[in-house]
Amino acid sequence: MKKLNISILVVIILSLFSVATVAAQGGTDEISDDEVNAIASQLFCPVCENTPLDVCETQACKQWRELIRLKLSEGSTEAEIREYFVANYGARVLSEPPPEGFSLLVYFVPPVIILAGIFILFRAFKQWQGNDEDEADDSTAEASPTSTSETNDPKDDYLARFEEELRKKD
Amino acid sequence: MTENTPENTAPNRGMPLWVQITVWTVLVALLVVVFMGLQRAKEGNVQAGAETGEFDFTMPLFEGYEYEGAQEISLTQLRGKVVVLNFWASWCVTCKDEAIELEEAWRLYQPEGEVVFIGVDYVDTEPEARDYLETYDITYPNGPDMGTQISQAFRIQGVPETYFLDRDGVVQHVQLGPFRSTEQILNIVNSLLAE
Repeated sequence: MKKLNISILVVIILSLFSVATVAAQGGTDEISDDEVNAIASQLFCPVCENTPLDVCETQACKQWRELIRLKLSEGSTEAEIREYFVANYGARVLSEPPPEGFSLLVYFVPPVIILAGIFILFRAFKQWQGNDEDEADDSTAEASPTSTSETNDPKDDYLARFEEELRKKD
Repeated sequence: MTENTPENTAPNRGMPLWVQITVWTVLVALLVVVFMGLQRAKEGNVQAGAETGEFDFTMPLFEGYEYEGAQEISLTQLRGKVVVLNFWASWCVTCKDEAIELEEAWRLYQPEGEVVFIGVDYVDTEPEARDYLETYDITYPNGPDMGTQISQAFRIQGVPETYFLDRDGVVQHVQLGPFRSTEQILNIVNSLLAE
């Protein structure tokens, strides 16, 4: 019985040691790569331009990802880590620049260009449609013997159109 | 009396004038922005002869470092001294090639107080930066380039880069890449001290 008690005591002590070891290893090891990359994907490496931090393989980027892991293990939130990176490395590390100052252009210019493009296309289509209708009218007029434009005189054609516009207005 | 001809009375189906003006203004503005960006990229790093008065900075120092009892250092307070401004990073392999030489040179000039070496840590992580400073036993003032403001002011192209400023704060020599020897650093600093 005494031997059994000693064995149980040894097992308990060993388990306590293992728990202590796990606790000591905790911290950065508890943070998964996915958690780190979720934040890293929102940041850009300023050394190798246009490369997101989560896929960048330079030593600098590896260190940065480890820094994110460290900050997460210390209890920093996603927003706090982003703020830390901006304070240390500048706003250019953000994949989405803050909508202020010169960066406003990034949010303002593309929609304006797209809207302008749509407007220009709309006008162009309308114009082409108008031309097609005119051509159709012309061909109908040419086919009709009573048409005023049978002489093919541009001035007569213009007068016919002018009269037609006047009739529409009346 | 003006005669009505098809040319001058045909309905104007083009874009309204205000749209045309807006489109052209936006296009010109975009071109100006692109041009300015390209010009800046073409300029490269700050060259010898450049005045640093326009881009003065105050840099916080890493814990354990100080300059004249303060935890920060500014360029204007160093007027009257020769300044050796070294940009480095712990992830930079070639920075390690010159770390010992820079520290050696600093220790030669430190007692006289006429020359100040400053280490500017460029886009680095603090734990690794501290390890680097400890490994190479670097004692001259060192701090992080917060928001990359100093490196942007000097328009550095990479690390290591070292700028030698004379007593008036004018850049007199630029070293791109690592130094080959301590003598190379001493020769440049001595020439500035002799002026």
